[in-house]
Amino acid sequence: MKQATDIQRLVQGVFHGEKRAIARTISIIENNEPEARKIISLIYPKTGKAHIIGITGPPGAGKSTIVEKLAKELRNREKTVGIIAVDPTSPFTGGAFLGDRVRMQDLSIDEGVYIRSMATRNHPGGLSRATKDAAYVLDAAGKDTIIVETVGAGQSEVEIIKVAHTIVVILAPGLGDDIQAIKAGQMEIGDIFVVNKGDRENADKAVSDIRAALELGTQDKEWKPMILKTSALTGEGIGEFVESIEKHRVYLRKGALDFQRRANAEIELIDALKQKITQTIIQDLREKGEWVRATEKILAREIDPYSAADSLLKQRPRQPSTR
Amino acid sequence: MSTKERKIRVLIAKPGLDSHDRGAKIVARALRDGGMEVIYTGLRQTPEQIVETALQEDVDVIGLSILSGAHSTLFPKIMQLLKKKGMTDVMVFAGGIIPKEDIPALKKIGIKEVFGPGTPTSTLVEYVKNSLSK
Repeated sequence: MKQATDIQRLVQGVFHGEKRAIARTISIIENNEPEARKIISLIYPKTGKAHIIGITGPPGAGKSTIVEKLAKELRNREKTVGIIAVDPTSPFTGGAFLGDRVRMQDLSIDEGVYIRSMATRNHPGGLSRATKDAAYVLDAAGKDTIIVETVGAGQSEVEIIKVAHTIVVILAPGLGDDIQAIKAGQMEIGDIFVVNKGDRENADKAVSDIRAALELGTQDKEWKPMILKTSALTGEGIGEFVESIEKHRVYLRKGALDFQRRANAEIELIDALKQKITQTIIQDLREKGEWVRATEKILAREIDPYSAADSLLKQRPRQPSTR
Repeated sequence: MSTKERKIRVLIAKPGLDSHDRGAKIVARALRDGGMEVIYTGLRQTPEQIVETALQEDVDVIGLSILSGAHSTLFPKIMQLLKKKGMTDVMVFAGGIIPKEDIPALKKIGIKEVFGPGTPTSTLVEYVKNSLSK
């Protein structure tokens, strides 16, 4: 009974924007504690209001500095902000150095900003498994805008499309060769491209390189990706950057958002089902010894994995149909 | 969602105005290599910033690194703020240039341990792991 009260109290705390409650809730979900599922089921109905911005791009382009400037500008416009900064977990030690906050020092005592650093914990694609859920918590806590800063490893970073409404790719001049090389991945998912360190000589060239690269990949997109220059250090271009994000948000509201949400809801359902089905079926097969038998057959080259899977599934008793 | 994943989260903070962070970064990396998630916030943190960060990041441990001699003023402030925010379950240790004669007073206000320069990083990692497993 005490457990139930604690969860309710925690969730109410989240809805009231209480920082301790937000902090504990994110931890419970991140650590996969037993109460996690219950908590998510309680907060999920209150999500869907925040505008979620994904900030991605190669290391060294200035993502964290841009995030800080963006957050400050949003605060000037009286928006409350949640920031999730993701950094990689070492595959060898399981530990992580989470240093994104170094560039966000001014924000740490702004009551309207909540910052959480998360390690990938070996989840692929630039985010952690719990990043999306952490965004739900901040959403339910009433943050107007949530900024998710990805690890920044490069092309394979596409998990962000499952989490963010507006995707921003931050690039820097001199990474010109990288722009040519980034044909897939980030060039395809970006809604807004920002050339940071825009005061540098080759910034304009970077902008035209990006424009050229984007034109090569024109599908009939309703939203033409925007390309901007900023200098996070001087603050130049930040106003226009925020305007472009707002433009995208308005565009989404006109209909694309519904489409995106439906697509995301289906992806989330598929992911959740996959997890559940895999868990249930494999557990059952292990208990019955069929798992080990099938593995041995595959190892002995008696059967290929696909046929083994077919055979295992065929053998499963059919659920009795309900009348 | 079947297996529990629990990591030790540590905040390594540099309160006050000293600007040498090599030691703090070495400690941060050692703890990372020990499997922990280490939040490092950079130089010149105020007590308010440190406690607020510890709160938002839901850390288990705070390591305070200070070389300027201002520990006697800053650490009590930090411990007071932690108490005020109901965060007395966070373990706090310190390192840097802290004279031995100041250590008893610091322990009295709740700093669990003070490590001098030259402490092997393995000692720190073990200490954190053992203290939390209690």
